[in-house]
Amino acid sequence: MAGILKRPGFPGRRHVVRGTSLLVTLALTFLGLLLVTFLIGRVVPIDPVIAMVGDRVSADTYQRIRQELGLDLPLWQQFLRYVGDVLRGDFGESVLTSRPVLEDIARVFPATLELATAAIIIGVTLGVPAGVVAAVNRGRWPDHVIRVLGLIGHSIPIFWLGLMALLVFYARLDWAPGPGRVDVFYEGLVEPVTGIITVDALLAGETDVFWNALAHLVLPASILGYYSVAYIARMTRSFMLDQLRQEYITTARVKGMSETRVIWRHALGNIAVPLITVVALSYASLLEGSVLTETVFAWPGLGLYITNSLLSADMNAVLGGTLVVGAVFIGLNLLSDLLYRLLDPRAR
Amino acid sequence: MTTAHAWLTTETPHSRTQARLGRIYIGWLTFARNRLAMMGLGIVLLLVLMAALAPVIAPYDPYTQDLANRLMPPSAAHWLGTDAFGRDILSRILYGSRLTLMIVALVAVTAPVAGLLIGTVAGYLGGWVDTVLMRVTDVFLAFPKLILALAFVSALGPGIENAIIAIAITSWPPYARIARAETITIRNSDFISAVRLQGASRVRIILGHVVPLCTSSLIVRVTLDMAGIILTAAGLGFLGLGAQPPAPEWGAMIATGRQYVLEQWWVATMPGIAIFVVSLGFNLLGDGLRDVLDPKAS
Repeated sequence: MAGILKRPGFPGRRHVVRGTSLLVTLALTFLGLLLVTFLIGRVVPIDPVIAMVGDRVSADTYQRIRQELGLDLPLWQQFLRYVGDVLRGDFGESVLTSRPVLEDIARVFPATLELATAAIIIGVTLGVPAGVVAAVNRGRWPDHVIRVLGLIGHSIPIFWLGLMALLVFYARLDWAPGPGRVDVFYEGLVEPVTGIITVDALLAGETDVFWNALAHLVLPASILGYYSVAYIARMTRSFMLDQLRQEYITTARVKGMSETRVIWRHALGNIAVPLITVVALSYASLLEGSVLTETVFAWPGLGLYITNSLLSADMNAVLGGTLVVGAVFIGLNLLSDLLYRLLDPRAR
Repeated sequence: MTTAHAWLTTETPHSRTQARLGRIYIGWLTFARNRLAMMGLGIVLLLVLMAALAPVIAPYDPYTQDLANRLMPPSAAHWLGTDAFGRDILSRILYGSRLTLMIVALVAVTAPVAGLLIGTVAGYLGGWVDTVLMRVTDVFLAFPKLILALAFVSALGPGIENAIIAIAITSWPPYARIARAETITIRNSDFISAVRLQGASRVRIILGHVVPLCTSSLIVRVTLDMAGIILTAAGLGFLGLGAQPPAPEWGAMIATGRQYVLEQWWVATMPGIAIFVVSLGFNLLGDGLRDVLDPKAS
């Protein structure tokens, strides 16, 4: 193997080398992530022993549990132990739910996934056309309108927008259902298979539940999606401007091709690859926005889980949740990187 | 006016100061032509004025409770209404601008400076120093900012000081990246070699020659980030992890108004508008500054 790799003519060699260095980078980043959550866990002013068994235990029991948790070991040994635990999928037990944190996260994660996916669908279907329109009408009013709408999106506190949306569309106009994933009436009607209610309802053939869940999804997903619309539109605009300057666009126009075809097929087709990486990155940032959105809409996902655990000082749950979000973030970054290399011949 | 204009725009400045002032003046003219950017500047100046004059212009004390007048809708006596303790919302928003300004100012003087130092040192020295520092930067970038800030606040305990620390800790990596990229392009230029040949130490080169050249792009980035800082701080306040009651922090005010939002809408609405206007101001200002200081980007 090593012999093949050393031969300069071997075409895959560069890939292997690059792949290895990517893996090393990934492992180091993940280790750094673990170090950060570990250190945060150590500086917490909460005594983990007391958090677990309460402050009414004898000194002997206290010492015994302290030793069991490994808190008497030197810091670096504690860290190794922590890394080992996490790799085995042991994030400790949640004080709040008294269940393993990983089990809790597995239960709440699909709700966040559902919300973020709906939001990214909205973000792409509105953001890409908006960016194209802005680029084509550069410097004219559609461009300005889209730019200002984007700036507004970057300036509104998402939790406030959510509250206002509930006030207007739920309380006043009664167009949208209230907080939560389904009406109380429908709760528990569908067996959770994927954990994504809309999908589960369709699998079970419960169309009533599906429409209800979808109605509940519209408001939070639109608000969360607004943020990615602004970002996706801005990036699409700048990619499109680059393309529209190219000579092949002039050639296509000279050939008499319709303007619609030139813009939406030729130019847009060529920015598909960088756009995919943008979408992957904004999908990752939706995870962040979901923390506040879920709080406002009482959406039982990872964000609400983290904030609830925070307020009751449930550190295992907070750090476990943080770690999962960080890992997903790294994963999406890697995915966008890989997709770019895979799809763009120039990056190979 | 015309003489000042002529003095500033002359093609043959007589002193370094005149040339420098002239450049600033021309930058200002470009900036002033951008109506949205001027609006942003106006909003930011208004915020500073509000914060400075809060005790003079606020009609009521922001902390005094008046339970007879709780949850009153906007009226002549209380322009923006009163909250659940009968406190005047306008006065609380005016005083809250001090907290907002404090958070923004403290984060804006700590995080970029840290990022600048880390980035220039990594970029100038290169080698393993660069590798280690950038690896650390990558780890911090790998976390979503708000989630990392949440985790830090949970470790340090809720409160406005800890919220500021948490936001600063999570904000420096992008600045380090920018500063490093700029440093690498500057590092091999002739004037740096000249200074090095004169025997200047590394510290002197980095602090005296590299850092000043990186600041202008950093200022643009900081202004653009201020809206984000305000929103993160408000988000932490909303979750109960930032400023604690009875402090008139805008995010925390929205959180307390939340339970009344369906009936007494003004309690949560008014502070939200304040956050929105101020963030928009910083965004417009940053956008305008970018056009002046960094014409390539627009």
